[in-house]
Amino acid sequence: MVLSKTASESDVSIHSTFASRYVRASLPRFRMPENSIPKEAAYQIINDELMLDGNPRLNLASFVTTWMEPECDKLMMAAVNKNYVDMDEYPVTTELQNRCVNMIAHLFNAPLGESETAVGVGTVGSSEAIMLAGLAFKRKWQNKRKEQGLPYDKPNIVTGANVQVCWEKFARYFEVELKEVKLSEGYYVMDPEKAVQMVDENTICVAAILGSTLNGEFEDVKLLNDLLTKKNAETGWDTPIHVDAASGGFIAPFLYPELEWDFRLPLVKSINVSGHKYGLVYAGIGWCIWRTKEDLPEELIFHINYLGADQPTFTLNFSKGSSQVIAQYYQLIRLGFEGYKNIMENCQENAMVLKEGLEKTGRFNIVSKDNGVPLVAFSLKDNSRHDEFEVSEFLRRFGWILPAYTMPPDAQNITVLRVVIREDFSRTLAERLVLDIQKVLHELDVMPSKKDIDIQKTKSVAAAWKRFVEDKKKTNGIC
Amino acid sequence: MVLSKAVPSSSHDASLDCTFASRYVRAPLPRFKLPEESIPKEAAYQVINDELMLDGNPRLNLASFVTTWMEPECDKLIMAALNKNYVDMDEYPITTELQNRCVNMIAHLFNAPIGEEETAVGVGTVGSSEAIMLAGLAFKRKWQNKRKAEGMPYDKPNIVTGANVQVCWEKFARYFEVELKEVKLKEGYYVMDPEKAVAMVDENTICVAAILGSTLTGEFEDVKKLNELLTEKNKETGWDVPIHVDAASGGFIAPFLYKDLVWDFRLPLVKSINVSGHKYGLVYAGVGWVVWRSKEDLPDELVFHINYLGADQPTFTLNFSKGSSQIIAQYYQFIRLGFEGYKNIIENCMENAKVLRQGLEQTGKFNIVSKEVGVPLVAFALKDRTYYTVFDISENLRRFGWIVPAYTMPADAQHIAVLRVVVREDFSRSLAERLVSDIHKVVQELDEQVKHVTKVVTTQVDITARGGGTDGALVHKSEQEIAEEVITYWKKLVSRKKTSGVC
Repeated sequence: MVLSKTASESDVSIHSTFASRYVRASLPRFRMPENSIPKEAAYQIINDELMLDGNPRLNLASFVTTWMEPECDKLMMAAVNKNYVDMDEYPVTTELQNRCVNMIAHLFNAPLGESETAVGVGTVGSSEAIMLAGLAFKRKWQNKRKEQGLPYDKPNIVTGANVQVCWEKFARYFEVELKEVKLSEGYYVMDPEKAVQMVDENTICVAAILGSTLNGEFEDVKLLNDLLTKKNAETGWDTPIHVDAASGGFIAPFLYPELEWDFRLPLVKSINVSGHKYGLVYAGIGWCIWRTKEDLPEELIFHINYLGADQPTFTLNFSKGSSQVIAQYYQLIRLGFEGYKNIMENCQENAMVLKEGLEKTGRFNIVSKDNGVPLVAFSLKDNSRHDEFEVSEFLRRFGWILPAYTMPPDAQNITVLRVVIREDFSRTLAERLVLDIQKVLHELDVMPSKKDIDIQKTKSVAAAWKRFVEDKKKTNGIC
Repeated sequence: MVLSKAVPSSSHDASLDCTFASRYVRAPLPRFKLPEESIPKEAAYQVINDELMLDGNPRLNLASFVTTWMEPECDKLIMAALNKNYVDMDEYPITTELQNRCVNMIAHLFNAPIGEEETAVGVGTVGSSEAIMLAGLAFKRKWQNKRKAEGMPYDKPNIVTGANVQVCWEKFARYFEVELKEVKLKEGYYVMDPEKAVAMVDENTICVAAILGSTLTGEFEDVKKLNELLTEKNKETGWDVPIHVDAASGGFIAPFLYKDLVWDFRLPLVKSINVSGHKYGLVYAGVGWVVWRSKEDLPDELVFHINYLGADQPTFTLNFSKGSSQIIAQYYQFIRLGFEGYKNIIENCMENAKVLRQGLEQTGKFNIVSKEVGVPLVAFALKDRTYYTVFDISENLRRFGWIVPAYTMPADAQHIAVLRVVVREDFSRSLAERLVSDIHKVVQELDEQVKHVTKVVTTQVDITARGGGTDGALVHKSEQEIAEEVITYWKKLVSRKKTSGVC
């Protein structure tokens, strides 16, 4: 007779994921767990928790690309195990980076010969690019001052108060003083005249922004160049310009080709641009281009020799993935000039649709300009009862992530909401956003304002006390 | 009557062309300028994919410590997170939470002195380079503040390390204006000598950096001894010189294989540790971690507070926007493998390293330079370097598909050249055995060539010796001269530029 045994605990490996004990265990937070778990369980648990993250496509706060073609996704996945820094092992990937640098340098009108290779590098983002550019300026300035026998311990950099936080990081970490040109109500970018005034003998460079983070405006680099050239002629200091074109660098050449902001201006020595903004690549890639070899001090460059091949490098990061570099090259050859132009024009169109929709509500002031990065920054005409932060919070319920910010000094009293129009923000989404904003306004209109609530609270507390005291008069027992 | 029209060939619909029939594969790929026109996505994909076939195969790249294989489930998570910008902390709170969990787990793994539910001080970075720069910045700022408070000069900070450091320490020194004081190596001793290091410490030293898992030989430096000697010196001098441990490769090995090795926060002078998630953390390239002992070791002035929609998030990184994929992948590995999983994998690596080492020893041609305790890698040098060098072996192995790099040691052991094979998770025993047999083949081929050329050259020299010069005088060469000529001939033939960078 065959006895069949019932397993008291059935074979765990046949459980479907949600039947297994793994979804009953609480996820480790502080210590690495002792035991392994099946890969399906690990996948499911993490995937499910991540469902509570915001949806990247509805994240209107970010300039960073959130959609790429499936063919590019394929290339990226295939390259995810390639360590970019192994230049000798992956010569084609290295070659693709060099081609991107050349193309971008030419896009910015770097003064190069037909087959001359440009001086530039791929980075993890504009932060790294800006730090490298800043380092180059700092070292060049120090060498010049040492030669002149002058003190070189107090370098400074002149920018507008509207700079992105990475300039403050650069200043703090690399011990350079940050001299900020304050903004004023209605003027939210760096004023070239004020900037040039602030330049002194310790200034390593003046940084202009093409595509201010807050309202997308392009700063007037040409005016800055003209004024600074004059000052340089008077003082004999050779103060150069850096253009932070993190967002504008892939917009101006396609939408505003006559706008002179790049290497066509003689004082511009380096430019950075984010590949992962309007370069249309996922997060993790930026570019820094120098005008010529002379603008990048040789002592900052490291020469790594692998199996005899000499590769000069100038980066802060070492090992990193290759996917984004390949994706950038894909975009450059897939789209070409006309492709990028079409996409930017579409973004501009959709920004207009959104802007007009908001203006029609009659409740908003548009703070951003028509020319610049395709975004719409707007503030409430009347924010006495409800402010922009509340609008932002209410919109979350519909799924939209729309941030509200206060302007930097000296315009801190202005709060704006900002929608960045990326490649994947179609007209239908723009129209839906306007509808949802209107819904939110209706809701807020009937809701008591915070101030009203405070007054009501105080009134109801006072009433409760009054009742208590009156009741107490009636009681004479212990309670 | 229906007239049928023949379609002229000029109206050929190009969009019907299969990729390799289209005109796009006839056009040269743009190199310098952005092309004017767009091309179909299939063409773009194919053209790039095909050129990339000529890159090396990452799995056969035995030069790198960086992970080249992950489970498909993890690949799925990575793909899904490609479009998440990690820095948007308020928009992606779960991803941020996952990073924090990883920091806590790593801090506990390194025995950081924190309470049960206390959050550790640490951050995820793009790699150990960024991690080291952040740690170095913290030391520099702390030292400067201390010197300012004492009223002493603070313009000449220095850092003491071994000459075997990875290049990112040199970068840190050069970019952040700190002097690098290197303890030289010597033949047979390829890591930093703690006694020499402590001797080099002076009042301007911001920290001493020890390496757990030297890049060249995989050895662990004696951090415990360094801690003892440095504690003594600190007592004598009153300087408060701390230690940083660069555990880029060793940080995910020592806790699993060498539990009794005391190298981490158990030593009081160790104030920060960095580890590469993308080495034995078993994640693809692009993630590193740095952990500080306590809040006091990270000066608050370096930390930026970003306010988005009212939520305060303190951050200390060099990079800003970056992908979220690798952070999620790191967390996946931690909960998927757990302590036992990591232990099993590293034990397998050690086993396979042993197989490789024994196979090489059996050929009788190599000295093993790496130690058995340390990172699972095998570094080996040729016993006899007269006729060919390790650079030749490295080059010849390429023909079989293997990428095995050859390096010269840094000063003062530059005359030693080694081949180095890193044993990663995905280097199985069958691959180890195949590598041994291919190395065997290469060595045999090189030996054959030497014999053949020696014969030819000797014959030629012989003829010259007997035949005489143009003026009829006989040129007699001694045996010694002939042998020397052969060696010079060979040396000229096979000499290569020696490398000087360590990776």
